[in-house]
Amino acid sequence: MGLLSIFSKPAKPLLQLHSGSFSIDRTGRVLATTLPSSFPRDLVEEIGQCITETFNEAHSIQLPLDELVIYYPGFRITARDMRGGAMVFLSTPSTFDPSLNTR
Amino acid sequence: METRHKILLVDDDPDLLEVYRETIEMLPSGPEIQTASSGARALAMLESESYRLLITDLKMPKMDGLQLLSIVRRKFPELRTVVLTSVSDEQFRSRVYALGVDLYWHKPGTESEMKQFLECLESLLGRELEPGFRGVQSKSLVDLVQLECISQSSSVLRITNGPLTGCIWVNNGELTDAETDGARGEDAFQKILRWKAGNFEFLPAEANRPRTIFKSYNALLLETAQALDESSGDASAGNPDGEHGANGAAQNGATGLAALADSEGVEFVLKSNADKRIDSRGLENPERLAGWSRRSLERFSALGETLHVGAVEQITGIGMQRHVALAHKNNSDVCVGWQHTLSVGEIRERMKKVLTLWAS
Repeated sequence: MGLLSIFSKPAKPLLQLHSGSFSIDRTGRVLATTLPSSFPRDLVEEIGQCITETFNEAHSIQLPLDELVIYYPGFRITARDMRGGAMVFLSTPSTFDPSLNTR
Repeated sequence: METRHKILLVDDDPDLLEVYRETIEMLPSGPEIQTASSGARALAMLESESYRLLITDLKMPKMDGLQLLSIVRRKFPELRTVVLTSVSDEQFRSRVYALGVDLYWHKPGTESEMKQFLECLESLLGRELEPGFRGVQSKSLVDLVQLECISQSSSVLRITNGPLTGCIWVNNGELTDAETDGARGEDAFQKILRWKAGNFEFLPAEANRPRTIFKSYNALLLETAQALDESSGDASAGNPDGEHGANGAAQNGATGLAALADSEGVEFVLKSNADKRIDSRGLENPERLAGWSRRSLERFSALGETLHVGAVEQITGIGMQRHVALAHKNNSDVCVGWQHTLSVGEIRERMKKVLTLWAS
């Protein structure tokens, strides 16, 4: 159908999320990661900073936490405290268990 | 007077916009179509006018469809949303649906696909948005119970409100039992009747069900109505203009936060508003925890926008001494302390229930 052939156009990349893990030190610096190199490094660092700040602030108000789980509609971040640093796991929808389904 | 539904089409290709407009205008309901060539322009139009439906492409320069949708779902939750895209990656389909989008459609390549797409759009436009119980919008649970009792029916009314489920047993027009979330009898009946929306179904009667309710349905409905009135009175007394502050929550009766604090497994409840007014139950010095909750939710909400994964639903913190869960609901930050024997999964499920009760 000629008219409908124009429904396709050159692709522009969307942000592809990946499942994987990375470790950070106590300042939020990324030490090692299993995420593919296509996943933007600055995003990994931003996630690491958020995790570090949240753990540190919780500690400062006498609420020491060993684990943080952040649930988004289409994504999950799990962070485990590792003596100041942390191990962070990212889960995309395809790797979600059914309990994470929000709809 | 019949009103025409307004649809906003978003795509960076002006030729495609024109084709969409001409095609969708032919829908039997004759919707009014407006177009935007960018996400930013679409947001400006949504701010200035009310639309029934947003149809957007995913791949667009600057603000892509995922970014647009994560903002739209937060700012205009009533707006129906459709993604029309050439992206066939399953991850994006999952992420789009996880954002709460109504329909993800691969751009039609054949006439029959186009016909199916248009039928879906027509169905979406016609779907009712009224509150109430699905199937009987504008009818409350009180109406449903009265109908069953007046007609001398025998049945089990099963009601679902998000993660919450409740049952009300009616035998020969008399209320005999109710059960929800660990509660039974009159207590369960009153809890269920607080729910404002959900789904219901009638199941076959269970004549052998032990009776726990002995009052007449009229008396029980009257008591429940009075309890609900008192709740709404207390809630309005605790509004932002009221006197309840960090120490004032104790005056708020057995409603609101107190009801949440009574939930199984809950050790404390803390709520703070945008104006930093704090209410709490079970905490002596809630200010620092409220600050941490607010900053954590803000931090991860901003991260969610960056990652295009929507607003943060819940944050769970597991500690040696305390487990906490945070969420933003009804313009408030809610922090709930949970018994440390609970697992992460149990906290997530129970927090969903608490938030549903909170929304009710």
